[in-house]
Amino acid sequence: MLGLNNKDTSLFLVIIVLTILAPVLLNPFPTESTLAQFNAGYPDLMQKFVVFGIFAIGFNILFGLTGYLSFGHAAFLGVGSYSAVWIYKLFTYNVIPALILAVIVSGIFAVLIGYVSLRRSGIYFSILTLAFAQMSFALAYSVLSNPKFNLTNGETGLQIYANDLQLFHREGLPDFPHLFGLSMVSTYKLGVGPWEFQLNVAYYFCAIMMILAFYFAIRLFRSPFGMMLRAIKSNQQRLNYTGLNSRPYMLAAFVVSGMYAGLAGGLLAVTDPLAGAERMQWTASGEVVLMTILGGTGTLIGPVLGAGFIKYFENIFSKINDQVLHQWFTFLPDGIEDVLVAIVHPFIGKGWHLTLGILFMLVVIFLPGGLVEGGQRIARLLRRLSNRDKAADATNVSAE
Amino acid sequence: MDALLLQILNGLDKGSAYALIALGLTLIFGTLGVVNFAHGALFMIGAFCAVFIQGLLNLSYETIDETQKDFLGNPLKVKTPYLENWFGPETGGAIIDWAVPLAILFAIPVMIAVGVIMERGLIKHFYKRPHADQILVTFGLAIVLQEVIKYFYGANPIPTPAPSSLAGAFDFGVLFGFDPNAIIYPYWRMIYFVFAMSIIGAVFAFLQFTTFGMVVRAGMADRETVSMLGINIDKRFTMMFGIAAAVAGLAGVMYTPINPPNYHMGMDFLVLSFVVVVVGGMGSLPGAVLAGFLLGILESFASTTWATTTIPGINQVIIYVVAIIVLLTRPRGLMGRRGVMEE
Repeated sequence: MLGLNNKDTSLFLVIIVLTILAPVLLNPFPTESTLAQFNAGYPDLMQKFVVFGIFAIGFNILFGLTGYLSFGHAAFLGVGSYSAVWIYKLFTYNVIPALILAVIVSGIFAVLIGYVSLRRSGIYFSILTLAFAQMSFALAYSVLSNPKFNLTNGETGLQIYANDLQLFHREGLPDFPHLFGLSMVSTYKLGVGPWEFQLNVAYYFCAIMMILAFYFAIRLFRSPFGMMLRAIKSNQQRLNYTGLNSRPYMLAAFVVSGMYAGLAGGLLAVTDPLAGAERMQWTASGEVVLMTILGGTGTLIGPVLGAGFIKYFENIFSKINDQVLHQWFTFLPDGIEDVLVAIVHPFIGKGWHLTLGILFMLVVIFLPGGLVEGGQRIARLLRRLSNRDKAADATNVSAE
Repeated sequence: MDALLLQILNGLDKGSAYALIALGLTLIFGTLGVVNFAHGALFMIGAFCAVFIQGLLNLSYETIDETQKDFLGNPLKVKTPYLENWFGPETGGAIIDWAVPLAILFAIPVMIAVGVIMERGLIKHFYKRPHADQILVTFGLAIVLQEVIKYFYGANPIPTPAPSSLAGAFDFGVLFGFDPNAIIYPYWRMIYFVFAMSIIGAVFAFLQFTTFGMVVRAGMADRETVSMLGINIDKRFTMMFGIAAAVAGLAGVMYTPINPPNYHMGMDFLVLSFVVVVVGGMGSLPGAVLAGFLLGILESFASTTWATTTIPGINQVIIYVVAIIVLLTRPRGLMGRRGVMEE
């Protein structure tokens, strides 16, 4: 279907079904129950899942296929957000032109940065991209917000004010990003018994974008171009010796990857019409690296999994506090309960980054293929176990 | 002329910090071939050694002074550090005042231990893995170290003043015949520069004039041959990792009075230190030091009002711009050697 082989088609269909049904699937606990805090089916979080999913898919096109580790991808995310908000400010709240501009501007940015950075490989490339991203951050944070030429509005972040131009804004259109009049904040609440599911416009818009982005990524992975990128990863020198100029391929991969990041940045501005410089900081670049590695580098589904995993646990872990812990451990004797709470305490709430750091190190050390590899290992183990059972049965039968 | 001198002086202390961190990074890279993203965290841990010592020296007990009243009319509680109790207020106070220099003595063994544990416990297992994996695992380690420090000391910067006798500033202008107060320079920054220079000198002397250093240099040039000669080069390289960690840590200890430490100070310096290493030339020790000072001074020149009014924001981006230009025109950096990190 759609030029995909059977395996990819089923993967693609699974992704479509999961994203469409996410508001229901991620809300397994009734609203009033104590376990409702583990629900992830509210718009704010689900939007993050898909937006950062797009970001990670894009990053994976560069890192997973070519092995070039960019440490400055957040720059494109920030540029995407800024351009989208500028469209809101100058022309209209309609999201389509905002996204188009976000993708184009981040693409141009990627051409410039890629042209310079790709002259070097390996660690130099990482450091160069890091330097560019930090430079963009410094520019956005301070320089480009001077009164004469205020492009980024510095520390406050770029916002929409009442006296902004908004040329094509008409009466009757919502005062929020909208799709031809359909406001992005509007949410349909679907009550089923004790459950309540929130079907949010912005989420579905972002989800459709992610499905498109995912489809494009599958096609790219399976194309001759994707083959070429894999060849670069396995041995760029040999590729050069065969007379192929690998640089245009690299640049193309870098630009595509940057445009994905720009799209994600634009979508962030769709869900919430403001853009801040901290989106470009190198910790944000580090985050997308974490997502990709955690999910599984070079796999199709990995980055999406990683993004969802990190955003979900970030949300859950930050919400848990000592009180909640005490509730969980009430069945234990008092002394043990206090000790357990004291042990877990550094890892929850504000300590989420500590957990994330440890988890990340463990994944890099023991499971370089990420969650996907973990799943494969478990599947293989199960298969071997069942095979052994069968073999045992077979020997029993023949013995009889 | 005086403005020129002032900017050079201003660049020296930041340049010293860059040079020290870059020196450590290059030592690790040259010996073990590992790109250490956790090096900034080592700098930060060094700074928190000073914070720890300051806290330790200030440990105090409370007494109730009946003669004095606080604003509510209750007897005033007076905190007296144990040190003042033991050594008398004069000596005890002086010891507390000199907390930062004293922290150096504490930081050296701690940082060497941290470095050795890091190398043996973690980085050892990553020599055979690709550079990307090394970057990632050290990056993860940096996050963990940061968060641990944040857990204990919170997110706010902690003031750690220099000894009060060194808190003043020196009037350089008078020395060179300019007007008084034209060029004033805090003593502590001067000390920082001298300190950095002596550390750098000590590291170079150690490598150049001791047998240990000679073996290490031989190992840097050709690890295999050295180990074939029956020398346990791994052990020596581990030690070099410890020394590199100590250099970064000392840079951090001494930097605390200039800038109150917080948990993410390491990351801020790390990015710039990488740029410094790249500009200086991967694997070249003199290159790292030279580039450190060069970029520090350049940054300070770019921060003058003249420069910022001519090209707005030049102070924010100058280092990156220089790095990009250097990498494009001299891909090996200023003093990079052939064959080091070509791929």
